Amino acid sequence: MLVRPFVWQRIVWAVLCVMTLATLACLFFIVSFIAAKGAHVITPDFLLSLPERMGKEGGILPTIVATLWVSLLAVLIATPVGVATAVYLTEYTRESALTRVIRFGADALAGIPSIIFGLFGFIFFVIRLRMGWSILAGALTLAIMILPTIVRTSEEAIRAVPQALREVSLSLGGTRSKTIARVVLPNALPGVLTGVILGMGRSVAETAVLIFTAGSSLLMPRTVFDPARTMSVHFYVLAREGLSMERAYGTALLLIVSILLINVVAYVLMFRVTRKLR
Amino acid sequence: MGTAKGAKVEEKLAVRNLTVTVGNRAVLKDVSLPVAAGEILAIIGPAHSGKTTLLRVINRMIETQPEFTRTGEVRLDGVEVRELDGDELRRRVGLVFATPVPLPGTVYDNVAYGPRLHGLRARSRLDAVVEASLRAAFLWDEVSDRLHSSALRLSGGQQQRLCIARTLATSPEVILMDEPCSGLDPISTAQIENAMRQLKHRYTFVLVTNNVKQAARVADKVAFFLSGELIEFAPSGQLFTTPRDPRTDDYVSGRIG
Repeated sequence: MLVRPFVWQRIVWAVLCVMTLATLACLFFIVSFIAAKGAHVITPDFLLSLPERMGKEGGILPTIVATLWVSLLAVLIATPVGVATAVYLTEYTRESALTRVIRFGADALAGIPSIIFGLFGFIFFVIRLRMGWSILAGALTLAIMILPTIVRTSEEAIRAVPQALREVSLSLGGTRSKTIARVVLPNALPGVLTGVILGMGRSVAETAVLIFTAGSSLLMPRTVFDPARTMSVHFYVLAREGLSMERAYGTALLLIVSILLINVVAYVLMFRVTRKLR
Repeated sequence: MGTAKGAKVEEKLAVRNLTVTVGNRAVLKDVSLPVAAGEILAIIGPAHSGKTTLLRVINRMIETQPEFTRTGEVRLDGVEVRELDGDELRRRVGLVFATPVPLPGTVYDNVAYGPRLHGLRARSRLDAVVEASLRAAFLWDEVSDRLHSSALRLSGGQQQRLCIARTLATSPEVILMDEPCSGLDPISTAQIENAMRQLKHRYTFVLVTNNVKQAARVADKVAFFLSGELIEFAPSGQLFTTPRDPRTDDYVSGRIG
């Protein structure tokens, strides 16, 4: 059968449109479904009070605090390690078998299911290093999990800094380390930040790792050595135990909104930084 | 002994029997050139004749490139450059690139970059260095009211003079220029040549240029390179009026290249 080119073009266009709409519809459906089920739960009281009867009643304040602690700490641990690795890979070595092994290792690390990280964190940090279920053990495990993201995005960002800028610094008598500190990293900052924010987003959303490593205590954490339940874990427990579906949806909605906010803040931040450098 | 230094004291920079290969290709072949303090040496020649490589060997930037070998001598004030600390060498021997590359940031930050690298922090001293350098590069009058706006907003000619000011700010002894006017209009070119003439009493210049007329306008001595070989080296007047080598004659009169 012969289809005229014009008709064929229209068919392709229609198919692509439908696919795109389907993608958007998924997102819209999920967000609106959760918003419809959970929006009415979210009140100042829900956000700012302690949970009662295992979360059946009361608020979710400790889980918000726990989420902030765990994800900020994870990013704080992973960023210096990841950026240093990226600097080493890009500025201090030539392409060799070693760099390929490191890069392959980072990629392989990125492909490991998060529950495996959780199990590792449980065995190593919680049991072997006797940290117990704690914010610290959770954050350390998350840091390992988000490390590849930070390494690879930082690496790309550093590579994208024009060689000419490095040469200028070098030609003015700058040592390699000063050139990296004053020219390369400032110019790579927006890209590095992207990786950090992506890692932050993954930390906030992560559940499996934290069930194993941070526990599910509903008490308000006081130090990083305390166990704690993050929002995602709280949502999981509420739904699984059938304690309160509406509170589960409320928590889920807050989770989605905060991830959205992180992305917006990151975007604004990056825009500011790039504009300042121009 | 120690005659090497005593005998050639007037030579700021001395290149002797320099041969450089990159990969398997000989980029410079047995080149010997003296550069006296306070003069402008112009290096002319068609593309791929080794001019830029020579500059990068002098300030040792070539070492960022893998697979290069070098024999012969390059001496700064009688001392082999390989025996100097590379970063210190590059502070003493500035390089202005063919395309102006301002660092992202303000005009002020660009000029202050070198002095800050070398530990100058005091604001008043920095201000003085920045102003002196911009004046010396004939840029001060045009940018004095926008020192703190982005260097990327300057015109091409202004950016190249900014790069010269940035090089001057580290108080170098020798300034290498790699076709500094290749992308500039005649007026900007004249401004840069003017700056060089004014500055040559305080600095020693090595100017690589594709522009034979520019070499004739500013240089005291001229070296003509072809395929990595030094064909002719003579005072400017002599090389352009009575070249000894027919290839030099062909090139400066525009028959080849």
